[in-house]
Amino acid sequence: MLALVSPALLVILALLLLPVGWLMWQSIYHDGFTIENYRRIFSEDIYWRSFLLTFRISLLVTLLALLLGYPLAYAAASVSKGWSILILSLVILPFWTSVLVRSYAWLALLQRTGVVNRMLQYFGLVDEPLALVHNTLGTVIATVHILLPFMVLPLYATMQKIPGELIQAGASLGGSPSYTFWRIFLPLSLPGVLAGATLVFVLCLGFYITPELLGGGRTVLVSQLVSRNVELYDQWGAASAVGVLLLAGVFAIFVVVSRFIPLDRVVGQK
Amino acid sequence: MKRFSLGRIVLAVFGTVVLLYLILPVLIIVPMSFSSARFLTFPPPSLSLRWYQEYVGNPAWMQATRVTLTVAGLTVLIATPVGVAAAYAITNSSLRIMRLIHLTLMLPLVVPIIIIAVGVFFVFASVGLTATLSGLVLANVMLGLPYVITSVVAGLQSFDATQEMVARSLGMNRFRSFFIVTLPQIKASVLTGAIFAFISALDETVVGLFISGGQYQPLTKRMFTSLRDEIDPTIAAISTLMTATSFILVLLASTRRKKSA
Repeated sequence: MLALVSPALLVILALLLLPVGWLMWQSIYHDGFTIENYRRIFSEDIYWRSFLLTFRISLLVTLLALLLGYPLAYAAASVSKGWSILILSLVILPFWTSVLVRSYAWLALLQRTGVVNRMLQYFGLVDEPLALVHNTLGTVIATVHILLPFMVLPLYATMQKIPGELIQAGASLGGSPSYTFWRIFLPLSLPGVLAGATLVFVLCLGFYITPELLGGGRTVLVSQLVSRNVELYDQWGAASAVGVLLLAGVFAIFVVVSRFIPLDRVVGQK
Repeated sequence: MKRFSLGRIVLAVFGTVVLLYLILPVLIIVPMSFSSARFLTFPPPSLSLRWYQEYVGNPAWMQATRVTLTVAGLTVLIATPVGVAAAYAITNSSLRIMRLIHLTLMLPLVVPIIIIAVGVFFVFASVGLTATLSGLVLANVMLGLPYVITSVVAGLQSFDATQEMVARSLGMNRFRSFFIVTLPQIKASVLTGAIFAFISALDETVVGLFISGGQYQPLTKRMFTSLRDEIDPTIAAISTLMTATSFILVLLASTRRKKSA
């Protein structure tokens, strides 16, 4: 059995574990061991500001995705089978559309002469086109759109398993619909909330294409920091150190979350 | 539960709005790609195939398309057998270490893509695999493996393993019994995994951005670099074609899955 799994393992070793190991090594070794790369992250403004900004945007995106995704997943779990298949298909189809294509679509929608601004002006809601893109706002709008399916799918998977009898029992004992929702349904759906929120937050931490295209250079997230250090400044050591910290953050989150729910509920939603 | 209350109406309206937010941006590129205007306007002033002609007539776009399709095809050819073998081992082995191996094989889904991209770039740069076709294929095999494994593990778990044991007790060896008894019954899940690996390779952007170059640049890299400069409506045409391809493949995968259920 080990022989059968070894080709796959070899691929992951050579193309994932080795590169990540290389990154770690390079972050601490340059003609001798050094902590210079890490020292710089904590002492230079641009670095820790970028980490802080990434953290805040990820938190905001997760929150918005939860606010939009929870009612949608609830609707999908409480309607008849035909409807729920329709809703889930509409959630899954954009999921399998290229992130690049969707970022491009948002660029076209939100730019100064884009559809959204034209509509707002046409209806006389604004006089001047709004700056919806090439800033943090544009990044957040598009990122929530791209990551929303990662919230809805685990939420739906959890909600669908909540037995309807429990809600009926609560109602028959005199609980109002809002009481049975807040005291029975919501607590039972929390594992799904945690799974979805973890997934969205972690993916958002490492988001690259969307902020690069929609952020307009003003919003520099951690991923962009890594790529700029490689592409523009040729600072491989600095890029590696930023990457290692990002990875450490992601794994710390998974370790904490795995204490509450099994990890295979979080990973493998696609 | 079924009666129409205010709450249910609010939920329905809110749900519809969220669904529109999910779907409309994906669909909006279609009318834009058929516009005759140089600048992106909506609704388009008049319909034309101008941007499709621009795409097909441009040798650079065509070369990039060939690269992407070659890479995606080769990725599927390698990732599918490798992934099926791994999935078979994962479901049929009682070794404790298999759980850890399974988790390791899922890592490409959780490690931030920029870290994979930069790390692979460093490794490829030192072994001379940057700007090569084989480099792109290798990276995409790694990224596509989790999809094949997830799909086939699910297929194998719903397959009655005793059938294979019967075949073996009747004298077939393990290899033959897998190909004659098991594989035909899990082929829908294998196909689904292969399709998702293909779409993953088709859409992959970030790793390609770092490791590809010269004549072996995938479509997404050319799209990304031209998007940084200006919004070229040719990209709307390419996006429409890419989205249509993904949609058709996902539909194919889901109908296949239903049939086998």
